[in-house]
Amino acid sequence: MAGSNPNAKPMNLTLKVWRQRNRNTEGRIVDYKVKDISPDMSFLEMLDVLNEDLLRQGEEPVAFDHDCREGICGSCNLFINGRAHGPEKGTTTCQLHMRKFNDGDTITIEPWRATAFPVNKDLSVDRSAFDRIIQAGGYISVNTGGTPDANEIPIPKDIADRAFEAATCIACGACVASCKNASAMLFVSAKVSQLALLPQGHVERKTRVENMVAQMDKEGFGACTNIGSCAAECPVGISLENIAIMNREFINAKATSNNLA
Amino acid sequence: MSWITKTFSSSIGRKIIMALTGLFLCSFLVVHLLINLQMLRHDGGASFNFWAEFMGTNPVIRAMEVVLMLGLLIHIYQGLALAVKNKKARGTQGYVVNHSEQNSQWASRNMALLGTLLLIFLIVHLMNFWIRSRFDAMGGLAEVKVPNLDHPVGDLYSVAAASFKIPWYVALYALSQIALGYHLWHGFRSGFQTLGLNHRKYTPAVYATGYAFSVIISVLFAVIPLIMFFSSAYQPRPATGNTVERSLTEEPALR
Repeated sequence: MAGSNPNAKPMNLTLKVWRQRNRNTEGRIVDYKVKDISPDMSFLEMLDVLNEDLLRQGEEPVAFDHDCREGICGSCNLFINGRAHGPEKGTTTCQLHMRKFNDGDTITIEPWRATAFPVNKDLSVDRSAFDRIIQAGGYISVNTGGTPDANEIPIPKDIADRAFEAATCIACGACVASCKNASAMLFVSAKVSQLALLPQGHVERKTRVENMVAQMDKEGFGACTNIGSCAAECPVGISLENIAIMNREFINAKATSNNLA
Repeated sequence: MSWITKTFSSSIGRKIIMALTGLFLCSFLVVHLLINLQMLRHDGGASFNFWAEFMGTNPVIRAMEVVLMLGLLIHIYQGLALAVKNKKARGTQGYVVNHSEQNSQWASRNMALLGTLLLIFLIVHLMNFWIRSRFDAMGGLAEVKVPNLDHPVGDLYSVAAASFKIPWYVALYALSQIALGYHLWHGFRSGFQTLGLNHRKYTPAVYATGYAFSVIISVLFAVIPLIMFFSSAYQPRPATGNTVERSLTEEPALR
């Protein structure tokens, strides 16, 4: 296998995994042992090994979310050893490799914790609150038509770059998970500032921030207190500046929008 | 709900209220500290009493005092209400292992705790000084004559000097300034961020100013009672039936 280290020794680990049957039952931490884990495995592959063991033993495998396994879908959300997506900075759980751990380690694995993200089963949480926030305004209502000509709408390079930076948000929810207040401000602000920076987003600029913030509050997320855990744990590096941009957009919208209700 | 109540009951609107009242309270701290520093002059409290009288009688200041009290009450109420809301948002089942110290500062995560400690201090502090000087409660203030004013003024200095000879009060006062320092450490820069005043050119300066502000304010507030406790130069005026007359002859000149 390309990039693998033939000298890497297989690891034996103790896993403390949150097990919960469904939304309505209490969960608890259950200890498992996994053996002969290659340091080249991703964290999810290590969990696959655990689940194969559990299936062989006739036990229920651990439910966890995953999809692309290449760091772009934002599905694999695990709180590993007290950190969202584990100890490594700027990575999703699927891009975290077992070489970051040591033989004999005990690893605690928990689901995201937030009232707005109920646990479906084990480590799998329902993040549809994020979908409803996007549906409240995280879009532009124009007919896309065919591919537009390049530079038809002139956008300065630095603005395009900043909008793109905000657009890299994969909606994984690590911001909510690591925030003491379970606030979704970093997620919401990434979309608000991305669209506020670009001319295509200006048509619905004011109603967007008003509606997205209202939906965010309705979903039961907390209020931001500028702690900064979110940006520190964000796997794609969305910056706190976006929250300030959203605050400005919000103040401006509330002061000048035509929405009296 | 009208758009106004909607704005200020939304999570961002409530943050904005916290930021505006918090930064306003920061400006009050500066004035309070400058006047407190007058106590360290070796003038038997004449300068301090002069400014205490000014703060108690100037109509602009008295009007601002009402704004200040409202600001303080709103900041306390909103802060506690947000802390409850945020705790609810986090949910009943917390993390078994959470290393938040690896992604954020302690002060930032404990603003509600620090604020509550400050509230406890503030209740003791206001009862001791502010209520006594404004409402003639607890015996009110003795009157003394200060240079530059033709009428006698309340001797708040003696209340402070006497209070700062009480070990538990000095300890409470000084320790509370640690809470104040940490509260400002996060609060100053946080206020700017909430108001959207974040810019790559100026934000580093806002952070540096906030950190310097929190250290300078809290250290200076804390050293004043400590100096007055350990030095024999700061004594309350002895209670006599004739304080006004005594001070007329004994009060040293304002420097």
